[in-house]
Amino acid sequence: MSNVDQALASDAKATKAAVKPIISFRNISKRWGSTVAVDNVSLDIQPGEFFALLGPSGCGKTTLLRILAGLEVPTEGHIFIDGQDMGDIPPNRRAVNMVFQSYAVFPHMTVADNVVYGLKIDGVPQPERDRRVQEALDLVQLGHLAARMPDQLSGGQRQRVALARALVKKPKVLLLDEPLSALDAKLREAMRFELSQLQQKVGITFIMVTHDQTEALAIACRVAVMNKGSIAQLGTPSDLYEFPASRFVADFIGSVNMFEGKLIDDKPDEAIVACPELDPYHVQVPHGVPGKEESSVWVAIRPEKMNLHKDSEAPPSVPECPAAHNVAKGDIKDISYLGDISIYHVLLANGRLIRISRPNRSRWDQDNFSAGEKVWVSWVGSSPVVLQS
Amino acid sequence: MAQRRAPLEYNRMWQIRIWLFAVFFFLYAPLVALIAFSFNDSKRNIVWRGFTLDYYRKLFNNQDLLIAFANSLTIALFATLIALVVGALAAVLLWRYRFAGKVAVEGAFTLPLVVPEICMGVSMLLFFTRVAPWPNNLIWPLSLGSIIIAHVSFCFPFVALVVGARLASFNKEQEEAARDLGANDWQAFRDVLLPHIRPALIAGGLLAFTLSLDDFVITFFTSGPDTITFPVKVYSMLRFSVTPEVNAASTMLILLTIVLMAIMMVMQSRAQKAKG
Repeated sequence: MSNVDQALASDAKATKAAVKPIISFRNISKRWGSTVAVDNVSLDIQPGEFFALLGPSGCGKTTLLRILAGLEVPTEGHIFIDGQDMGDIPPNRRAVNMVFQSYAVFPHMTVADNVVYGLKIDGVPQPERDRRVQEALDLVQLGHLAARMPDQLSGGQRQRVALARALVKKPKVLLLDEPLSALDAKLREAMRFELSQLQQKVGITFIMVTHDQTEALAIACRVAVMNKGSIAQLGTPSDLYEFPASRFVADFIGSVNMFEGKLIDDKPDEAIVACPELDPYHVQVPHGVPGKEESSVWVAIRPEKMNLHKDSEAPPSVPECPAAHNVAKGDIKDISYLGDISIYHVLLANGRLIRISRPNRSRWDQDNFSAGEKVWVSWVGSSPVVLQS
Repeated sequence: MAQRRAPLEYNRMWQIRIWLFAVFFFLYAPLVALIAFSFNDSKRNIVWRGFTLDYYRKLFNNQDLLIAFANSLTIALFATLIALVVGALAAVLLWRYRFAGKVAVEGAFTLPLVVPEICMGVSMLLFFTRVAPWPNNLIWPLSLGSIIIAHVSFCFPFVALVVGARLASFNKEQEEAARDLGANDWQAFRDVLLPHIRPALIAGGLLAFTLSLDDFVITFFTSGPDTITFPVKVYSMLRFSVTPEVNAASTMLILLTIVLMAIMMVMQSRAQKAKG
C-alpha cells in the first residue's frame, strides 16, 4: 500500500468512528472582488475534537473561522452548526464563541465585567450569573484577579480573560484565532499544554487557527492544512508529518529535504527513483507508488530520518536495500548545535545542500562529526515519501 | 559656574528666554489689563482710581446683558448637543465605511474649518433670509434656531475631527467580540464603541461649547433683530464707550471659558490615567 493510500485510510477511519459532526462546512467560498480567500471548502468537525486550521498567512484559515463565527458572510456555500444551517443567522445568535487574536478584552471593564458581559446580554438571572462567572474564572485560574482592570494584567492573563469570557457562555464550539502567537516562547509552550488540558476538562469542541505548525501538531487531534483558500490535506498530526500528500504539506509541516526525480521502476513491492541531485545513487522504497514509470516525482526525506557515516571507500550498506541505493556523499558545511539535537548542513557532490538532524544522546555526541568533514549520508527505504505533486 | 548647555536645551539660552517672555507678555498682558480694569473705580477706564466691584453689580442688574448671556448659553448648549451627535456620526461613518467619493465627503466635512468666518457669516445671512427664511416671531428658544443651526455647522467638524482621531486607535475586534458574545449592533455600539470614544466626545463637546459661546462673526450675521447674544451685546456696548462694565462682562466670559477648558483638561488626563 502506498503512503498516500495509508493516509487516506486513516482519514476514513477517523470519519467512520465519528458520530454526527458538530460543524459542517459545505462548499464554502469567499471572494472579495477577484481575490479568492476561501475556495470551495467542505469540512466536517466532530464533537469534542481539538481541531486546527493550519496554513501560511493569507491561506484563508482566519476567514473560514470568521465565516463560522458569523463575522463574515460566505459568497457561496452553507455552514451547519450542530446540524442547523446558519444561513443569515448573525454572530450573536450562533452557539459558537471566539477568542480573538488581539484577545479584544474590553479595556473599560474589570475582568469580572468582561466575563459577565455575554451572560448579561443573554439575560441570565443573577445568582446563576455570578456562579458561572466564578466558575469560568476559576477554570482559567483568574479567580483572584476578578476586580482588576485589563491594563493591570499581563498578556497571558488577558488571554485567560478572553478564554473565560467565551467559555462562560457554554458554546458548542470554541474558536481560537492564533491564540498563542502574541505570547513569548516559554509562556507559549506552557499555554499550549494548558489549552489542551482545558479542552479535555470542558469537553467542548475547540477549533484553532494557527500558522505555527509545531503548535498545531502539539495540540490538535486533527489538522487541516490550508493553502491558497483550499484544504491541502486533512489528518492527524502524525499523518501530516509522516505521510504528507503533497510537496506543499511536506514542506510546510516540519522541515524536509526534497529531491526531484524520475520514477524508473515501480513494482508492487519496490519502487526506484532516480534523482539527478543524488546521482549516481538511486532512491529505493520497499512499496509501490502511484504514478506511471518515467513520470516526474518528488522524494521527501525528513532530516531526522537520515544518518551520517564517517568517510569510507565504499558507500555504507543500508539494511534491506540493494547496494548503492539510499546513500549520498558530501561534506559537512555547517553545524548548528541546538543542545538536544544538532543540525548538520551537508553539501552533496552535486551541489545540493541538505539538512540532517541527530539527537545528542550522550554528552559527547556533538563531537562525532566536525565541520568540513567528508561524510556519507544514508536512509532506510521506509523513510522517503514519494510525491506526485 | 553655570553648567554647559546640552545640545537641545534651548530653554537655557538667554535669547530664548527673552523671546518666551515677550511672547507671553504680548499674549497675556492685554487680558490681565482687561481683568484688572474691570475693578477700576472710574468711568473713563484710563487711569486707575481704586478698587470697586460696582461694575460687576451693574452687570448683574443689566437686564439686556443677562438676556444676552442666557441666549448665548442656550445656543451653546443646543449647538453642542447637536454638533456632538452629527460630528460623532460623521466620524464613525468615515471610519467604518469605504464608499465612492469618501475623500470628497471628508473634505466637505472639514470645509467649515477652513472657510473664513466672514464668508460663513454672509452665506448664513443669505441662507436664512433668501433660501430658507427663519420666521421672526417665534417664541424664545425656537427664535434662536437659525443661530443654533449656524453654530452646529461650524462646530461639528471639530467634534468629528477629535472623535475621528480617537476612533483610529479602536480595535475593531472588540466590537466583533461583543457581537460574538451575543450583543446586537446597537448593544455593541453602546457597550464597546461608545465607551472608547467617550473622552473624545467630552473634549469635542467642550470645544464646541466654547466655540459657540465665543462666536461673534457668524452670530452677528445670523441673529435676527430681536436676538442678541453675549459677544454681540459686548460689541454693541463697546460702540458707545469702553466702560469697566464691558471689562467686567468680558472677564466673566473669560472665566467661563477657562473653567470649561480646565474641566476638559482634567477629564482628559483622567481618561489617560485610566488607560495607563
